Amino acid sequence: MSFWELFKIALGTFQTNRLRSFLTVLGIIIGVMTVITIISLIQGMNYEVERQIASLGSNVIVLQKVSWGIGLIDWDEISKRPDLTLDDALAIARLPLIENVAPLRSRMISRLNYRNRKVTNIEMPGVTPVYLTIANYRIETGRFINSDDSLRKRQVCVIGGYIVDNLFPDEDPLAKRLIIEGKSFTIIGTLQRKGSFLGQTMDNIIGIPLSAFEKSFAPKKGYGELAHSLSIMVAPKKGAKLEKVIDQIRELMRRRHGLGYDKPDDFGINTQETLREIYRNITRVAFIVMIAVAAISLLVGGIGIMNIMLVAVAERTREIGLRKALGATTRDILYQFLLESVLLALAGGAIGIALGLGIAKIVELTAHLRAAAPLWTIILGFGFSATVGIFFGIYPASRAARLDPIRALRYE
Amino acid sequence: MLIKTEAIVKTYSLGKTVVKALDGINLEIEKGEYIALMGPSGSGKSTLMHILGCLDSPDSGRYFFDGADIAQKSDSELARLRNRAFGFVFQNYSLLPRLSALANVSLPLLYAGASRKERQRRARELLEMVGLLDRLNHRPNELSGGEMQRVAIARALANRPTVILADEPTGNLDSKTGIEIMRLFDRLAAEGNTILIVTHDLTIAQHARRIERLKDGKIVSE
Repeated sequence: MSFWELFKIALGTFQTNRLRSFLTVLGIIIGVMTVITIISLIQGMNYEVERQIASLGSNVIVLQKVSWGIGLIDWDEISKRPDLTLDDALAIARLPLIENVAPLRSRMISRLNYRNRKVTNIEMPGVTPVYLTIANYRIETGRFINSDDSLRKRQVCVIGGYIVDNLFPDEDPLAKRLIIEGKSFTIIGTLQRKGSFLGQTMDNIIGIPLSAFEKSFAPKKGYGELAHSLSIMVAPKKGAKLEKVIDQIRELMRRRHGLGYDKPDDFGINTQETLREIYRNITRVAFIVMIAVAAISLLVGGIGIMNIMLVAVAERTREIGLRKALGATTRDILYQFLLESVLLALAGGAIGIALGLGIAKIVELTAHLRAAAPLWTIILGFGFSATVGIFFGIYPASRAARLDPIRALRYE
Repeated sequence: MLIKTEAIVKTYSLGKTVVKALDGINLEIEKGEYIALMGPSGSGKSTLMHILGCLDSPDSGRYFFDGADIAQKSDSELARLRNRAFGFVFQNYSLLPRLSALANVSLPLLYAGASRKERQRRARELLEMVGLLDRLNHRPNELSGGEMQRVAIARALANRPTVILADEPTGNLDSKTGIEIMRLFDRLAAEGNTILIVTHDLTIAQHARRIERLKDGKIVSE
C-alpha cells in the first residue's frame, strides 16, 4: 500500500475527531511555539547587540576600574583600587601601538528642560575631541567639542538626535542654551543618530568637555565616585594586534600601580570581545531555559499523543481486525497508526511554528526589535514534532499491528 | 483438494473452564463446491470458518489450503492469503462507517496494491453486479441492511478469491431480504465460485449443494 493511501486514511481520522486532535497536540503546539518565539527573539537580539557592539568602534579598548561582566562583584576590593587618571591616559597615549586615547567620565542626568519641554535620564559623558571618532559618532550639524573648548573648560555641549527631537522639534538647537543641574551650557553641535537598542534610544546623549565636567560635576565620594570613575577609551594603530595592545596597556598600568608579579590586575581592560562574551553568557542561559521549556512541553505533548493513539487503537480494534481480515499486513497497520501520530504531531508543529512566528512579529512591532526566524528553526520545529510523533506513536502503532485479527473482529 | 483439515482442535478458556470449540475436525472441500456448515450456536462453526479463513489458528491438527500447510506460513503470507484467497462476509456487515460503499469495496484492492484507477473500476463493476450502482458514494449509515450486506459481498469478491466465506450472512436481515442475499450466493456458486456458508438456519443451508452439521465441535454425519 502506498504512502499516499496511508496518508489519506490518517487524514480522514482527524477530520472526524477535530477537537480531540487539536487538544492532543496542544503540548506540541506550545513547545514548538516557545522554541520558535525565543529563537527568533534571540536572533533579533543577536543582530541588535552585534550592531551595538560594532557601533562601539571596532578594536576599541575601554580601560576602567572594573572588568565588564556579570555575576558577583567584590565592591570592597574594587573600592580600594586606585582611580584611573588623566596621567594614565597620557601614558597610554605614548605607547607605540596606540593611535588615539579618549579619557571620559560619564553620568546620568535625570531631567533636562527647554522652555516647556523635557527629556529624562540623559547620558552625559565628559569627553575630549577624539571621543567623536573613537566612539563612532558623527556630527550632524554644527561642530564637535574641540581642544580649545577643553582647554578653556567651556560650558558647551553636543546633543544627540533624541534630545533634538524632544526639546527642539521645530527650531534649530544650535546656539541655544541648556541648563544642566543649574549650569548653563551652549549647544554647539548635534550628533547623527545611532538608533535604538531593545526599544531604548541611544541618541539620548549630551556630550560636554571633560574639563567642564570635572569643574562642574566632580563625582561624589563613595559609590558615586566608583560609578563615575574615569574611563579611558583606547584606539590601537591600524594593523596592530589587539592582544599585543592589551598586553602593552596591562604591563604599563601594572607598573604605574606598582603591582607585584603575584598580584592580580586592579583595573579592567574591556573590548568588544568582552561584551560579546557577556552577551553569550546571557543568551546561553536563555537557550538552556528554552530547551528545558521546549523539552518539557514536547514530552507532555508526546505523552498526549501516545495516550490518544492508545485510545484510538482501542476504539478502532474492530476496524483493525477487519482490515486484517481483508488482507492488511502487520506493517500496513503499523504504518497507518504511526503515520497518524506523526501527522498529528506535524500538524501541531505547524500550528506552533505559525504562532511562534506571529508572536515574534508582534514583539518586533511593539519592541522595535528585528526578530528573525531563520529557515533552520522552522525545519527544526517540524523535525522535533515528527520525532515526537514517531517516538510516542511507535508503541500504540505496534500494539495495533500486533492485534490478533480474530480477537479484534470479535471485540465489542 | 482445495481445503483439507486433519483432526483440528481448538479450545477456549472461559475463566476456569476450558471449552473445546473444535474437537477433531476432518473436512475436505473441493474447488467449486457450495457448502453450508450448519449447527446450533456454540457448535464451533464460526471458529472453524475463522480457521479455514486463516484468521485464527488451530491448537492442534493440520490445515492444508491448496496443498500447502498453513502452519508453515508467515504472518505476511497469511495476510496475503486473506487478501487474495479468501473473501469474508460477516454477519454484522463489518463495513468501515467513515468510508463510502465504493471505498469499502476498494479496501481489499488497496491492500493488494491495485492502482487507484483499477480499484475504482473494479469496485464499480462489483457494486453494479450486486445492484448498487446508485449507491456508490453512500456511507453505510445511509444504506439498508440488505444493501450493506450486498456491499460486504461485493467487497468479499474484490480480489476474485478462491473461497468465499460467509458467517450467518442473513442473520441480521428480514426473511425477504435474506432470500435476496441467498439468491446472490446461489448465482455466485452457479458462476463457479467456491462458497462456504455458516448458518444455524436450515432454509439457508438448503441453498447449498452440500451440508455439514456441527455439534459440540464435531462434524456429525447425517
